[in-house]
Amino acid sequence: MTTARDQVLERIRSAIRDVPESEQPEDVVVHRNYLVANSDSSRHGIIEQFMERVAEYKAVVRRVNQNELVEAIKDACHSRGMTRLAVPADLPADWPPSGVEILRDPGLTYDQLDHVDGILTGCALAIAQTGTIVLDAGVAQGRRVLTLLPDYHLCVVFADQVVGMVPEAFRALSATSTRPMTFISGPSATSDIELNRVEGVHGPRTLHVLVVDNV
Amino acid sequence: MTALAADSDGHVFSQPVLFMRISLFITCFNDTMFPETGRAVVRLLERLGHTVEFPMGQTCCGQMHYNTGYQREAIPLVRHFVDVFREAEVVVSPSASCVGMVRHLYPAAAELANDPKLAEEVEALRPRVFELSEFLVGKLGVEDVGAYYPHRVTYHPTCHSLRMLKVGDAPLRLLRAVRGIDLVELPQATECCGFGGTFAVKNSDTSMAMLGDKLRCVLETKAEVCCSADNSCLMHIGGALHRQRAGVGTIHLAEILASTGTETEDRHGL
Amino acid sequence: MGSEGLPTAPPIPFQDAAKVSLANAQLRRNMGKATRTIRGKRELVVAEMPDWEGLREAGRAIKERTIRHLDRALIQLEASVQQAGGQVHWARDAEEARKIVADVAKSHDVKAVIKVKSLTTDEIGLNAELEAAGIEVTETDLAELIVQLAGDRSSHILVPAIHKNRSEIRELFREKLGAENLSDEPKELARVAREHLRKKFLTTTMAVSGANFAIAETGTVCVVESEGNGRMCLTLPNVLVSVMGIEKVIPEWNDLEVFMQLLPRSSTAERMNPYTSFWTGVTPGDGPQEFHLILLDNGRTRALADPHGRESLYCIRCSACLNICPVYERTGGHAYNSVYPGPIGAILTPLLVGEQNAPSLPYASSLCGACYEVCPVKINIPEILIHLRGKVVRHKQDQEGLRGRLDPEGLAMKLLAWTFREPGRFETAQRLGRIGQWPLVKNGTIEHLPGPVADWSAMRDLVPVPEQSFREWWRTRT
Repeated sequence: MTTARDQVLERIRSAIRDVPESEQPEDVVVHRNYLVANSDSSRHGIIEQFMERVAEYKAVVRRVNQNELVEAIKDACHSRGMTRLAVPADLPADWPPSGVEILRDPGLTYDQLDHVDGILTGCALAIAQTGTIVLDAGVAQGRRVLTLLPDYHLCVVFADQVVGMVPEAFRALSATSTRPMTFISGPSATSDIELNRVEGVHGPRTLHVLVVDNV
Repeated sequence: MTALAADSDGHVFSQPVLFMRISLFITCFNDTMFPETGRAVVRLLERLGHTVEFPMGQTCCGQMHYNTGYQREAIPLVRHFVDVFREAEVVVSPSASCVGMVRHLYPAAAELANDPKLAEEVEALRPRVFELSEFLVGKLGVEDVGAYYPHRVTYHPTCHSLRMLKVGDAPLRLLRAVRGIDLVELPQATECCGFGGTFAVKNSDTSMAMLGDKLRCVLETKAEVCCSADNSCLMHIGGALHRQRAGVGTIHLAEILASTGTETEDRHGL
Repeated sequence: MGSEGLPTAPPIPFQDAAKVSLANAQLRRNMGKATRTIRGKRELVVAEMPDWEGLREAGRAIKERTIRHLDRALIQLEASVQQAGGQVHWARDAEEARKIVADVAKSHDVKAVIKVKSLTTDEIGLNAELEAAGIEVTETDLAELIVQLAGDRSSHILVPAIHKNRSEIRELFREKLGAENLSDEPKELARVAREHLRKKFLTTTMAVSGANFAIAETGTVCVVESEGNGRMCLTLPNVLVSVMGIEKVIPEWNDLEVFMQLLPRSSTAERMNPYTSFWTGVTPGDGPQEFHLILLDNGRTRALADPHGRESLYCIRCSACLNICPVYERTGGHAYNSVYPGPIGAILTPLLVGEQNAPSLPYASSLCGACYEVCPVKINIPEILIHLRGKVVRHKQDQEGLRGRLDPEGLAMKLLAWTFREPGRFETAQRLGRIGQWPLVKNGTIEHLPGPVADWSAMRDLVPVPEQSFREWWRTRT
């Protein structure tokens, strides 16, 4: 009996029989006539653009010095009256604020995550052009569900993690591309009502970004 | 060969232009329904110093057949067009959609005919076929053609002139240089008027819905006439303006450009 | 939910179905408002990209490279997914794909599944099959939920409920979800959806999704979304099944740098959509521990076999062509009678099911070309529409026997073509037209046309054929 696999592949080969047998995929030239990095922007300009674009998604964004970070995290949590904060296992030891119950993954259940007041993570990198934060399950990020169920996501982005453009990001991520990865651009949103963007559907309704000057 | 062109009053234009031998492709539709557009093209090109020829063997480019799906039936018409215009230095036509047919669809028609010789001849002819406004601005480098047209005019860029031929602002450059004209911008100008050849009949309800919105925009301009590079779209727009007794006419771009205020046959639409 | 899959026989002709939507003033207002809004925004986010044309060219070329060697790309994808712990299935048609999903569900004794909005699963009519097997299906995308609650059909590939405005949605939520004292603020409507679905997300053990891209090189699958419902489905359940058309494969990870720029700006007119998930097979301790990828043909190889229509498979389902289309804007999506409406649907549907099964769709366009201008992978939709019209006519002429050959339109076209073959015949016809029109001309205009062209005169007068043709005039001057 012919399997579905064999038959689909046979149909494909028959359908593309006009393609010369000697042709290789690379023979179809892909001209990459697009920008891969914005050479004219300074580091400062890139950070500014990142913050501006994150803010346009109605996320809260604040720039702090390295020595202000712990205080800024504490402020953020306290200003929301937070009592329980989830964190990934490998979060830097000094980040979790005092006066708040810390629930450390792994081992947290969906139900626990659904009832915490927020989640605090780092990120893999960030993209200025689009105001995007990338999580790749690397250091200080944990598994995907952590940043999904809590209604508030506090994310720490170091200035040297911000790249200018989308192609820079994909190229930087290619080494770890088989890890589960999430691109986050602002809080969850929908355009389903009259094609207008409205923030706050299933994912965290508040995204709070702290950009740390470390360069 | 360049020289200064002069109009019948001896007015010399500033731009040097090439004197060319131009074969006019009038199109079957204009030939039958809008001969005044053809007469205007002849007047205009001759006034600019060019020689206009009209090969009497010409009939139809085959666009209606081809676009409606009767593509095998269109092939003899493609051959016929190539036969008639094979020797032409340049072919100029006051119809963006027919030029679009020749330029963009003749290769596929030749392929369908499975006729490499026809394909070759199509390739040789294609680059010499021009829509009037792109020919004037792009090929001759003329914008001021010495026209006088003291009316309030709005310009509708037809889809085939805008998106298929990409004539850009050539028609508007020509219109802006017309003396006496009051050129008003058409709101949502780039939206299709809903003609679309047999679309207007096959999908008449949708076509009319699109036309209704186009009319609203035309009327908003308070123009006396709506002008464009295709009489087919104008027949559709003008037919509805006439039905509504809107008091707004339609006119082909060529007729405005040919006007000097002295002709007896200047037309102001329906 | 909310879809009718693909037609398997000629459905109600587009022009007849369109009449219904055109007569619905509320629908036309909703559609006009929504498409105008998104068109304007798209223009802005595209205008800020100096390299947009370069990206379009690159996107097109990557797709061309893949599609011309599709067998290799799929075999590589299959191996990559398997190596990463996923299972790969191949489905020749909708039925086979449905059965694979249902079998996975049964093997885990699953009573409910949650779904990420997916055109491909709509195309194969998955929900009805699962429900028939006693499995509850919940659409989790807001617009899909609206359509599901209303028992309605999808009318847009990205925003299935685009035909509904905010107050209609509020009424629906009041009625179906018991949400009293609800305003029509979109923010509040979104909150209701969040509360309604949260429990389902937390308790359902199997999810079904589509895929925006799959990377042959790595086996990585990608879903692009906004609300977070996608992340919920892709992360929380233990079992995940993703159904993807075979044309969704792209060669390399780095190719995403092109498509992840083209897609968000073209679809929701954003620099980037809120959430994009990438996963590769199974990752211990993170997300579903069982992953199935279904590679679906269902007519795609038919489209592939048409060298002129093949590029329709480059489509990344952004919906920019729908939003810009003057026909779609006025008729809405339902008139297309396919899960794929709008300009892309008018070519893709007949290519997938055979032009004889959707013969009116290639004519559902004025050929204005706006779709081609906005297409992020430069699919020449107008030329493919024309190509398909040719196939429709040739099928009628060659396959439908005497009925096809005696078709009045066909006969008229043949007669006209015969006329145009000789200038003498053409000139005779011009004269005959001039003479023959006299019963129709009143006060220098024609207000009523007979027969198949009668619709022309419903809102337009026609100028009569003038006294002298151009060629007659030309003769007088020489």
